[in-house]
Amino acid sequence: MSRIYLDNNATTVLDPRVKQAMEPYWLQQYGNPNSLHQFGTETHPEMSIAIDRIYSGIGAADGDDVIINGCATEGNNTVLKGVWTDLILNGDKTRIVSSMVEHPSISHTLDWLENQGVDIVRLAPDADGLITRDILAEGFDAGKTALVTIMWANNETGLINPVKDLSEFCRGNDVLFHTDAVQAVGKAPVNLREVPVDFLTFSAHKFHGPKGIGGLFAREGRGLTPLLHGGEQMGGKRAGTVNVAFMVGMGLAMELAVEALDFEESRVRAMRDRLEDSIASLPDTFVLGKREHRTPNTILASFKGIEGEAFLWDLDRRGIAASTGSACSSESLEADATLQAMVSDADLAHTAVRFSLSRFTTEEEINTAIEAVKATVERLRSISSTY
Amino acid sequence: MAKGDLVGGSLWQNYSQKVAARMNHPRYRGEISEEEAASLNAELIVADHGAESCGDAVRLYWAVDKDSSKIVKATFKSFGCGTAIASSDVMAELCIGKTIDEVITITNLDVEKALRDDPDTPAVPPQKMHCSVMAYDVIKVAVATYKGVDIGILKDAEMVCECARVTLSTIKDVIRVNNLKTVEEITDYTKAGAYCKSCVHPGGHEKRKWYLVDILAETRAEIDASENEPFIGLSSFKKFKAIERVLDAEVRPALHQDGGDVDVEDFRMDGDTPVVTIAYQGACLGCMSATVGTLGFIENVLKEKLDPAFKVEVG
Repeated sequence: MSRIYLDNNATTVLDPRVKQAMEPYWLQQYGNPNSLHQFGTETHPEMSIAIDRIYSGIGAADGDDVIINGCATEGNNTVLKGVWTDLILNGDKTRIVSSMVEHPSISHTLDWLENQGVDIVRLAPDADGLITRDILAEGFDAGKTALVTIMWANNETGLINPVKDLSEFCRGNDVLFHTDAVQAVGKAPVNLREVPVDFLTFSAHKFHGPKGIGGLFAREGRGLTPLLHGGEQMGGKRAGTVNVAFMVGMGLAMELAVEALDFEESRVRAMRDRLEDSIASLPDTFVLGKREHRTPNTILASFKGIEGEAFLWDLDRRGIAASTGSACSSESLEADATLQAMVSDADLAHTAVRFSLSRFTTEEEINTAIEAVKATVERLRSISSTY
Repeated sequence: MAKGDLVGGSLWQNYSQKVAARMNHPRYRGEISEEEAASLNAELIVADHGAESCGDAVRLYWAVDKDSSKIVKATFKSFGCGTAIASSDVMAELCIGKTIDEVITITNLDVEKALRDDPDTPAVPPQKMHCSVMAYDVIKVAVATYKGVDIGILKDAEMVCECARVTLSTIKDVIRVNNLKTVEEITDYTKAGAYCKSCVHPGGHEKRKWYLVDILAETRAEIDASENEPFIGLSSFKKFKAIERVLDAEVRPALHQDGGDVDVEDFRMDGDTPVVTIAYQGACLGCMSATVGTLGFIENVLKEKLDPAFKVEVG
C-alpha cells in the first residue's frame, strides 16, 4: 500500500537536493570548522553560502545575528531564559506576555518561568483565533514587560498572527518582541526588513531540511545571555560544534523553500482547498479558522461524533498520516491547549484532526485522501454513540 | 525516566493484537430495537455513560430475558478512541449469557484482561486503562436502569483509583504501614494513579471525589498528630510502637554502621518514669562503649523525642 504523508506540520521529507548538498560532509569534508588546519577551513566556503541563504531567506541584515542551533525549542528556551536572566533577574522587569495558543516549547518554558516567580500573561485569541494588536494593547504595561512572545503561525490551525502589527506595537512601546516562526518559514513570506521583531526562531525540518538544526534571529544590538556556555562557536552566543552538514542543508532548504513560496501559495493552497472543500461537504464537519488567515497547507477539521485518535487509526490503516490534538492521544490525556483556547465547544477538542500538506504532496494523494476521509467518517460514525 | 522512555510516542505499538482486531472489526457494534428485544422475549435496557465533551461516551444495549434475567444479547456504540471501542466490544461480549446479578461483578480489570494477547502483558498502555473503566461503568448504569435504582448504591463508595481499583482505606493503610511520603510511593505500592492519573491531583482527565495528593496530606497530618501526642498519655501498645519508631529512625542506623544493633527486651512505667530494657546485638555485644556512651546516646534520643524522664537499662 502506498503511504500518504499529510502531517507536514510535524515534520517534512528532506528535499533530495538538500540531501545531496549534505553528502560531502560525512566522509570527505568532516573537519571541525574551528580547527586551524585545512580539514577545518575547507568547510568554511559552503558554511558562508549557507549563512547567506539563511540571512536572505528571512530578510536579516548583516548586522543582525542568526545563531545556528539545535532546534526551535532550543531557540525559544534561549530567548525566554535569556530575557529572564538579563531583564528580570538582573533588571527591573517582571513580566512576559504571550498567548494561550503557543507551542509547548514556549508554553511549558513559560510555566517553568512562572514557577521561578515571573509574571506570565497568556492572551486569549479573538473569535478568528488570532492575537491582534488590540488584544495585546489592552492592559499592556510597558514598564513591567520584559518580552512579548507570540507565534507567527499556529501549528494546529495554521492561523497566521498579525506579527507585523504586534512587533510594531512593541517597538513603539520599547518592549522586546519574539516570535516562534517555525510554522511560518517556508509557508508564508517572512521578511524581517519589514517586520520589526527582535527575536525569531525557526527549525529546518519544517521546510524540507534535516531534523536537529534550527536558527535564532536576534536583531542587531539585542544580545542575550546564552543558554549553552562553552566554546567560541557562533561568536560565543551558542557553544557547541556546528553540524556542518546540517547547516549546509538548512541553508539550501531555506533557499528552496523561499523560492517555492509562490508554489505553496498557488498549488499547495489549491490542493489544500480541494481537500478542505470535500471535508466541508460532509455533514456535521467544520474547519477551524478562515482560509485567508491560514498558512496555505493546513486544515484543522472537526468531525462530529468521531474521536480524533480513532480517526487517525482508521486513516493510518489506509496509509494516510495526519495528526490530532485529542486528549486520548497524549500521555497526559489532556486536550491540546490550542484547541481548548480556540473553541468554545468542548466537544471539538476531542474531534479535531489536522491535515498538513507540503510542496511534495500530489493531486493523486489528495484524491486518495478525500476518499479515505469519507470512508473513515462513514465507518466511525456507524459505531459512534454520539452521532 | 530511563532507557525505555527515551524513544517516545509508541502508543499504538502498546496495544494488543486483540485491541487492534476489535477496533478494526468490532463484533458487538450496533443497536438493539424494542422489536428485536420483544422477539427475544427480552426487556430492552439502554444505558449511556460519558459525553463527547469528556472525550469518551459509550452506550450499552441489553436484551434481558424476561424469565431468567439473563442477558441474551448485548451491543454497544461508542464515541472514543481505538481502545475505548475495543473495550466496549469485549465488555458487551462478557455481558452475554450472564444474569443481572452476575454481570455486576465484571470489573474493568476483567475487560482489560480479556483483551490481552498473553496473560502477563497489559493489553493497553497505562493511560488507556481509563477506557476499560468506561466500559465497566456503563454496566453499572445498565444494572441501575434495569433494577430501577440509583446508580450511587452500586458504586464502591471508597474507590479512589478506578483504573487499578484501589480504595481509600487501602491507600491510607499503605501510607501508614510503610510510612510513605510521596504520591509516587503510593503508586509504586498500590498502582493507584499509575494509569489515567485522574486521581493523582485535581485538573486531570476526569473529576474525582478523592485525590492522592489530598489523601497523602491528610494521612501524613494524622500520623504527625499521633506522633506529637504526649508520650505519657499513650496506651502501652502505642508507647512501645513509639519507642520502636524512634530507635528505627534515630538509633539503629548509627549502630548498623558499626555492625551492631539493639532490641527492646522490656518496657515498663516506674511511676511517671518510662523505663526501657534493651539488649545489644552484633558488634555492640562486648563493645566497650555500649554500656556507657551508646547507652547514654540512646537514653538522650528517647528523652528528646518522647519523654524527658526516660531511663534506659541493659538487660
